[in-house]
Amino acid sequence: MKTPKKIKWKHFINYIVIGVFTLIFSLLSVTNSLDLLQKFLLEKIAISILLSVSLGLVVGFLGELSLGHAGFMCIGAYLGGKAASILEPILGSTLLTLTISLVIGGVSALISGLIIGLPALRLKGDYLAIVTLAFGEIVKTLFLNSSEDSFGGPTGINTPRFDNKYLFIVGFVLVLFMLFVIQNLIRSKHGRAITAIRDSEIAARATGINVVKYKLLVFALSAFFAGIAGVLYSYSNYTVQCTKFDYNYSIEILVMVVLGGMGNINGSIISALLITFLQVELASILTGNLAVLQNILYALVLILIVIYNNAPSLKGFRDKYNFKNLIKRLRKQKFDPSKEIDDEAKWDRVPTKIEMNEVLSLDIKVEESTLKPDKGDK
Amino acid sequence: MEYILSTKNLGISFGGLKACENVNMDILPNEIYGLIGPNGAGKTTLFNIITGVYQPTWGDFYLNGERLTGLKQEKICNKGIARTFQNIRLFNNMTVIRNVMVGLTNKSEYKCTFFESMFRFRRHFKVEKEMREKAKEILDIFGLLPERNNLACNLPYGMQRKLEIARALATSPKLLLLDEPAAGMNPNETMELVETIKLIKEKFNIGILLIDHDLKFVSGLCDRITVLNFGQVLAQGKVQDVLNNKDVIEAYIGRESD
Repeated sequence: MKTPKKIKWKHFINYIVIGVFTLIFSLLSVTNSLDLLQKFLLEKIAISILLSVSLGLVVGFLGELSLGHAGFMCIGAYLGGKAASILEPILGSTLLTLTISLVIGGVSALISGLIIGLPALRLKGDYLAIVTLAFGEIVKTLFLNSSEDSFGGPTGINTPRFDNKYLFIVGFVLVLFMLFVIQNLIRSKHGRAITAIRDSEIAARATGINVVKYKLLVFALSAFFAGIAGVLYSYSNYTVQCTKFDYNYSIEILVMVVLGGMGNINGSIISALLITFLQVELASILTGNLAVLQNILYALVLILIVIYNNAPSLKGFRDKYNFKNLIKRLRKQKFDPSKEIDDEAKWDRVPTKIEMNEVLSLDIKVEESTLKPDKGDK
Repeated sequence: MEYILSTKNLGISFGGLKACENVNMDILPNEIYGLIGPNGAGKTTLFNIITGVYQPTWGDFYLNGERLTGLKQEKICNKGIARTFQNIRLFNNMTVIRNVMVGLTNKSEYKCTFFESMFRFRRHFKVEKEMREKAKEILDIFGLLPERNNLACNLPYGMQRKLEIARALATSPKLLLLDEPAAGMNPNETMELVETIKLIKEKFNIGILLIDHDLKFVSGLCDRITVLNFGQVLAQGKVQDVLNNKDVIEAYIGRESD
């Protein structure tokens, strides 16, 4: 009865895509065909992916709203950057320094995640959001008021440089590592427990799942990768200033997660890529007086995406021209009604079921033929 | 004879309102025990105390002689008390088989640390495979095996009830608490449920404590029952004796006019 085990390509597609992507750009970079801005953009994309996927773990899989992701990134950036500038003259090797400072930044963010998580995760919903929001601001203010020789106060710290030919490659290797860890965790019994907590915390407790332990694990893991992204950021920017890590930045990461779809890792990656691309390109195109337009255009694009995805009147358009249908059309040119399988097990295909979306869209039209008396009656 | 669950003067008050008071119950292993009473009698509150949702104000309860008062929900579940809910609480966005596998998470034979899962140690694959087999076994008892890859929220009501029981049984409890399992079911589904509960008792050899309003359902299924009214025990004992008790008839139907 045993069927041969099939490799699920769906599970590996994002490793492959990102791997190929990285390989192409590293080849371009090594042969010096990328300019400075493009390398900077790639670094930014890697950082955004790290942030959005790690926040997606908390928001999408655990179902808790955290607004302090930039705070964890800030801790990683400052401690990792500081460690790097101290270690650089001692060690000499830039790659070794980068590795060690990544570990230091990540672990310090992880520890702060545990410290803030222990009391905060007893709260639910909005209250947790408020506590994490406050945490982000506290971290920012702490570094802002630090003394000149510790973390530089308002001027921030300078970090040693890493050859920007290779920095984005390090970033994407970290992205692959993060995907490996997070996806493996989600596709294990622990991942099931985490999603169970999201679906019904009461039932999860009653099924013997240690909710506090799992919440802490997810929170700490997410903080760890935010810290790593922070170190990468400090290397990419050469300086770290705490004003960058404000409330808006946390929201920006949240926007990437929400736009990509809750609990959808690939969606988070794509939306992180698109938003970062949009921001960096807008910032480089619109300079001088036109710089005001940056935020307006950015907001406009976000609004359009949200409307496109949710407007009920566009539902027909979406169903017709979506990604799934595109693949279907590429695979099979013609629609063959004889091949359509009538699957009784599909509950959502019962014809009498009222489509909720259509009811909600409020544009139900009474067909004119029902209003007029039938011609046969006359 | 050792009782599987015994409560000693168990009671709780919410700011002066005594929801339960002086409840003494003793449940034998491998017995179906009923808990009935009018609305607001404190039946579900008692369930919530026994599963650790509320901490009792007075009294203690013991599982196989072990005092469990004051433990957290998940600890109590791991000690061997599993429950279902009055309003079904499944993990709606997960498939049927995964719902059951969540119930297996904390068992010692499927132990696998975070680290082993994250970096895909061999133990991870072994444990996953074993869990899947075990979950299939449990689903097969309830006839849910063909539905295993459907989302839990897409199942019809009767199957959702069964799935909730299956998930509770996956934690391999010594005592199963069923909170109004027949609520909202049609007569056919109720009959099926009676068979299922009898089957559970035989197959898993566990004690079952259930709440229900339907006296026919309770009397057809239970060995002994307790009647609660206004948080206090009204009558206790063998089904027929209790149902002929004058006080019970009064609480349920009303007093006969003189």
